[in-house]
Amino acid sequence: MMNEWVIEAHDITKTFQMGEVEVHALRGVTLRVKRSEVLSIMGPSGSGKTTLMNILGALDHPSSGSYLLDGEDVSGLHDDQLAAIRNRKVGFVFQTFNLLGRHTALTNVALPMRYAGVTRGRRKRAQQALEAVGLGDRIRHRPAELSGGEQQRVAIARALVNDPAFILADEPTGNLDTKSGDEVMDILLNLNKDHGTTLLFVTHDPEVAERTERIVRLRDGLIENDKGGGA
Amino acid sequence: MNFWQSILEAIESLLSHKLRSALTVLGVVIGVGAVIGMLAIGAGAQDTITGSITDIGTNLLFVVAGGDREVVSNPKPLTEADAEAIADPFSAPSVLRVAPMISGSAEVSFAGESTHTSIEGVTPDYSLVRNVGVVEGEFISELHQLGRAAVVVLGQDVAETLFGRTQALVGETIRIEGQPFRVIGVAEEKGGSAFMNEDNRVIVPLSTIRTRLIRRSTADSVDTILVQAAGADAVPQATEEITAVLRARHRTPIGGDDFSIFTQQDFLATAETITGVLTIFLGGIAAISLLVGGIGIMNIMLVSVTERTREIGLRKAIGARKRDIMLQFLTESSMLSLTGGIIGILLGWGLSQGVGAIAAASNTELVPLMSLDAVLLATLFSLAVGLFFGIYPAKRAADLEPAEALRYE
Repeated sequence: MMNEWVIEAHDITKTFQMGEVEVHALRGVTLRVKRSEVLSIMGPSGSGKTTLMNILGALDHPSSGSYLLDGEDVSGLHDDQLAAIRNRKVGFVFQTFNLLGRHTALTNVALPMRYAGVTRGRRKRAQQALEAVGLGDRIRHRPAELSGGEQQRVAIARALVNDPAFILADEPTGNLDTKSGDEVMDILLNLNKDHGTTLLFVTHDPEVAERTERIVRLRDGLIENDKGGGA
Repeated sequence: MNFWQSILEAIESLLSHKLRSALTVLGVVIGVGAVIGMLAIGAGAQDTITGSITDIGTNLLFVVAGGDREVVSNPKPLTEADAEAIADPFSAPSVLRVAPMISGSAEVSFAGESTHTSIEGVTPDYSLVRNVGVVEGEFISELHQLGRAAVVVLGQDVAETLFGRTQALVGETIRIEGQPFRVIGVAEEKGGSAFMNEDNRVIVPLSTIRTRLIRRSTADSVDTILVQAAGADAVPQATEEITAVLRARHRTPIGGDDFSIFTQQDFLATAETITGVLTIFLGGIAAISLLVGGIGIMNIMLVSVTERTREIGLRKAIGARKRDIMLQFLTESSMLSLTGGIIGILLGWGLSQGVGAIAAASNTELVPLMSLDAVLLATLFSLAVGLFFGIYPAKRAADLEPAEALRYE
């Protein structure tokens, strides 16, 4: 039986040293996310939204507090161990897509498998992931030859390819027009509907947040409001 | 498989900045080219010099006056009588032939043409000891020697300069330092060598040079006594015998010889020391340019790391460990330097061939030698340069914080 909770963060704090001044980006955030849940983390800039996303995505260490990612305690891991966790458990989708311009869609999608040490069947899995986002006929294209919406779909395929515990999408529609943005949202939400993929949006776009069942609002490093979730 | 993929990816990445990569490689190309070229020319020069020393003959000894200056304050000159004593088969059985000689330089002229050349006064045995034959006429004979005859054997180059030909010269009269000498023969061509040209000389009888051209302090003194040992194996024995004879004749105490004996081995050792130092010196200068090339690589890799901060951030976000990133950048830098190394080896080869061709055109024999050792060394060294100068940029890349790198503008 798999763990019910994908994210169990307890009393997370994060303090940055900016010269002489200590900045308290997070002052004790407790957040639990169930498998197959869809939620948005919202908040104005400076609320600690990005810091929380970095910690939840295992990109950064919390200053204190405990964090279980898919049942694994990651708060004490060193950099390379975190890299392995990110590789297996987290699928990232960024506002600016972050595709490698020199590589085709297929190679971009296959990249996480390379770092996972997968040697066999990479092409096939990458192709399947691209088909899942509706780009089965675009596998040989480079990012520059794709539209913004298509690039973001390649990024989603890349996030999916290692079958992560959850997808962390940082303003996924921020650089897209409304139509492509809607398409991208549809694809992500369909993944949740069809495969039960857990989705975490970090956004300040109300239209994105509206489409998620649960909205967590941050302000000044604390959770101000947590609506719609079962936690 | 993963290895080849890394290399392929590195090449792809380098090719996306063709001009930049090419310019970076150029630094290593010049460095490796210079090293390879210098080593090849150095080895070629060494070969030429040792070759021309070997041509002297393995069984030849040179006896000259003067010894250790600290010990001997007033050395006696070598004389013809010394030469005769060395030639005595009872006191020096290992000695086959002896040829005393006086050498210097002189102005020779014929019908308005004149040239400055080296002149040697020798005895008839010289032609056997040094293996000098004549293409025309005869060599200096006992009769010329006894009669202090004003006769001369011309070297090929001198003949060419004075007469514009090297044949049908016997019977002509040339002037040496203004005095008339009858040409009795033309020496065989010996070929130019790196440190002396044996075709650019005239040969006269020893008795003649002493009385007419070059006066020495003592009546029968000579500059050098050439000694031909009975064989190459007899050279050390001959050295001892000559030493014993001359010590007795010069009445010098043990350890204070007023003469010196050189063998081919001595010349070879000296020449090898000189060319060895030369090669190290040239190679050292060339190595500095390789160092500069390495710094160029480091510089461009640092630029590349900064440019690709976001790419590095992304790679780390999707699971690249420090060593994955490290490997990626080290592969790129070593591909740069290895490419430079390989092109540099070709350039160095071309360079040394060019120098060889120039040397050949100016009548100096210099065949550049590119050894496998040098090629392997250059390849490994350029690879090492890439790795060494790539480490710092690669480390910088690997140590980037993924969260910050992703947000880098």
